[in-house]
Amino acid sequence: MTDPQPARHLPPALHVRAMDNLRFIRETMEGAAYFTAVSGIGEMTVGLTALAAAYLASRQATAWGWLLVWLWEALAAFLITTGAIVWKARRSGTDLFSRPGRRFALGLFPPLIAGALLTPVLFTAGDLEALPGLWLLLYGTGVVTGGAFSVRTVPVMGLAFMGVGAAALLLPASWGDILLAAGFGGLHLLFGAVIARRHGG
Amino acid sequence: MAKRHALRRDDGGETEDPDVAVHEPAPQAALDLDRLIHERMRLGIVSALAVNDHLSFNDLKRLLKTTDGNLSVHARKLEDAGYIACEKYFEGRMPKTDYRLTTPGRRALERYLDHMEAIIQATREG
Repeated sequence: MTDPQPARHLPPALHVRAMDNLRFIRETMEGAAYFTAVSGIGEMTVGLTALAAAYLASRQATAWGWLLVWLWEALAAFLITTGAIVWKARRSGTDLFSRPGRRFALGLFPPLIAGALLTPVLFTAGDLEALPGLWLLLYGTGVVTGGAFSVRTVPVMGLAFMGVGAAALLLPASWGDILLAAGFGGLHLLFGAVIARRHGG
Repeated sequence: MAKRHALRRDDGGETEDPDVAVHEPAPQAALDLDRLIHERMRLGIVSALAVNDHLSFNDLKRLLKTTDGNLSVHARKLEDAGYIACEKYFEGRMPKTDYRLTTPGRRALERYLDHMEAIIQATREG
């Protein structure tokens, strides 16, 4: 006898397999979208604002003025980077709060939070010389860990930041603004251009 | 031992599917599957390219955690079917390969997603 509704007799294994396939497609798409989520254009913009900040900071007469310039720059960089990632994610239809997104945030933010907590401690202790190296090193660490599942350019950029940070800790304090400009300015411009050219903006 | 039966591919060839073969009779939805992108690695390539304008060979290899040889074989099959397009060029002295999803490839993925959803829906209604 012919079954008028053959679909009703689907074996359980088949629909389980279908759900598994859909899950695989979704996870691959999320991973692939986050793979190129970092916006090169956003990084280049941050590079330009960092160069301006380095110039302004170097002209400040007081330590408080110097710190304020870099704190404003940190806020601007955060807003620009976040905005650029959101823009790029929307273009590719990516959910920012998907598992790869959470994994990215979990890798990126702990070193940044550590830097944010250590900054007032070192500033009030009068250890300003350590701040450029600390910022560059911790930012680089966050980019390496957060970008571990991104295109290779991102963790390489993080390693470069860590290298400049290490140099800032070893070199005399007078190099501070120059190395901050080279790191937050130069490296963002350089790697941002590579990401923008190779990975869709 | 599991009994297997041949399934007709979209491209006219025949292959065997161990996933559906153990259950008879196989539903029509499963028989209509695009066997070309049903394979996991090829499904991964198509899915990854669906959310990126293009990806390099090395990016895909890293993303899908596979080997050069495996990726080459599966990418070639998708390329031969017209589902992905390949561009080879030199960056300095380094040869580079970029892949992008073609319109037929995107449609094939959409059809495949529809098939999967239809199978799940049919089971829920059953």
